[in-house]
Amino acid sequence: MIDWLVEPFTLPFMQRALIAAVIVGIVCAVLGCYVILRSMAFLGDALAHAVLPGVAVAYLAGVNTLVGALVAAVLVGLGISAFAQHGTIREDTAIGILFAAALALGVLLISTIRTYAADLTHILFGDLLGVGRFDLWLSGGLALFVLVTVVVLYKELLLASFDPVLAHTLGKRPGVYRTLLILLLAVAIVVSLRTVGVALVVALLVTPAATAYLLTRRLPSMMATAAAFGVASGVIGLYASYYLDVSSGAAVVLVATGFFLLAYLFAPRRGLITRRLRRAT
Amino acid sequence: MDRSETSPEGSLTLDTVTVSYGRREALQDVSMVVPHGAQVAVVGPNGAGKSTLFKALVGLLPHKRGRILVHGRPPNDQLDPIAYVPQREEVDWRFPVNVRDVVSMGRFGRVRPLRRLHERDRAAIDRALEALDLAGLAERPIAELSGGQQQRVFLARALAQEPHVLLLDEPFTGVDAAVRESVLAVLQTLRRLDVTVLVSTHDLRLASERFELVALLNGRLVAYGAPDEVFRPEHVRAAFGGGAMFLGGMVVVDQCCEGRGHAHAPDEWESPDDHRVGGDGVGG
Repeated sequence: MIDWLVEPFTLPFMQRALIAAVIVGIVCAVLGCYVILRSMAFLGDALAHAVLPGVAVAYLAGVNTLVGALVAAVLVGLGISAFAQHGTIREDTAIGILFAAALALGVLLISTIRTYAADLTHILFGDLLGVGRFDLWLSGGLALFVLVTVVVLYKELLLASFDPVLAHTLGKRPGVYRTLLILLLAVAIVVSLRTVGVALVVALLVTPAATAYLLTRRLPSMMATAAAFGVASGVIGLYASYYLDVSSGAAVVLVATGFFLLAYLFAPRRGLITRRLRRAT
Repeated sequence: MDRSETSPEGSLTLDTVTVSYGRREALQDVSMVVPHGAQVAVVGPNGAGKSTLFKALVGLLPHKRGRILVHGRPPNDQLDPIAYVPQREEVDWRFPVNVRDVVSMGRFGRVRPLRRLHERDRAAIDRALEALDLAGLAERPIAELSGGQQQRVFLARALAQEPHVLLLDEPFTGVDAAVRESVLAVLQTLRRLDVTVLVSTHDLRLASERFELVALLNGRLVAYGAPDEVFRPEHVRAAFGGGAMFLGGMVVVDQCCEGRGHAHAPDEWESPDDHRVGGDGVGG
């Protein structure tokens, strides 16, 4: 049993994959709490797809693709924020326009490269086993930045998310914190790019946080619980990927979904079946 | 809570305050002086500018002309001079916070990022919880509160701000009799605490029976003073137009769908009041 557990991680690429999975699990889950409480899931998904042109340009220029992704995500995040704050069009409309445009630009750029098919799959669905040393340092640094910001500005982000009107009257400008959250989201997406890929990032942002929401009553414990589910999903998904020889990103997401379904049915106070049982007795 | 310094100008002074949405003036040249510790009912038809007035007072909307003074000084120089209690529907009550968390937010304006709440802040929070009879519910998630308790949490949060002036936006609209009574009880508490209070309401009877001062608005200040001075036929007609009738000394106002259950009648007049802060990325 011990051997079975330890064996995968004697390989260096598996060690790197494990570290990446833990980092991503924590950072996405913590930020994901704000994503679900503020209904920013669509925004998160859009930002994830919007990194595609950045990745393509970086690839063409021979730069690390995460750097390109970071630039693209931040630009699109600021773009959505600016569009929405002007107020001439609704935010989800702005997201829809920028999201599709960025995705199209990405596909256009990628279609100029002939050997890109395999890499495109990795970008879309992740390549946890292909995480390099530089990727790890970059992800680790960015993740630390996100977590420190969430802790330092805890009061401000909580207030701006729960009651923007009060935030405004207390002189804490909610628009600023909203833009900040979009930027943090962009960074978290770049951190998770290698692990689950563009198409599945939104699952890591939303699912562990939603699971934790069902099990906790206050934001700090929700964040901690979400992080635990994020990490557990990453590690279990990694084992599944190793032993069953399946796509790592997909495995991680499905494990997270499994946790969510269990909580949805059996959570002590809010679970579907738990409530039925309580009513029956 | 230092409320000893009463100024001759009164607790809240408005001097020809004008607020506009774009080119349309929603409130024109409102001038009034509210004495320290007074409780004022702000009444008027839909779209009369009741919410607009409150939002301008608390700085959510800029005023185009005029001055707003609290104890004779501009509110910007002061810490939490005016607290605003929004309508209950304006926040997500499923948010994972408990009663104490929400009340604590009233102190966030005084605490820098990363700093914890000071001893003084905790004391103010405890006093506010106590004053609204919420101490026993402090650790309860807000999702598990009744409507009346939610209303009290908002009031406690405003009280924790230790404001000089408290603005309550439609606390009696769309609530049942029990909540209504609990809000009235809170007003009694606030009177004891000597907080100046402005309450917007559609309920003219309540305004005339329970408040010493009434401000009648309709885009401008139609009348302001004691209820029997304000509710005169000529004033009421000026504010409510043809909708007002007089039956043996009693005023009857046809406000269409107001009162029972309907928070807002969605007619075009209403639109300015319906705007939330606007512009600054509120919501979402």
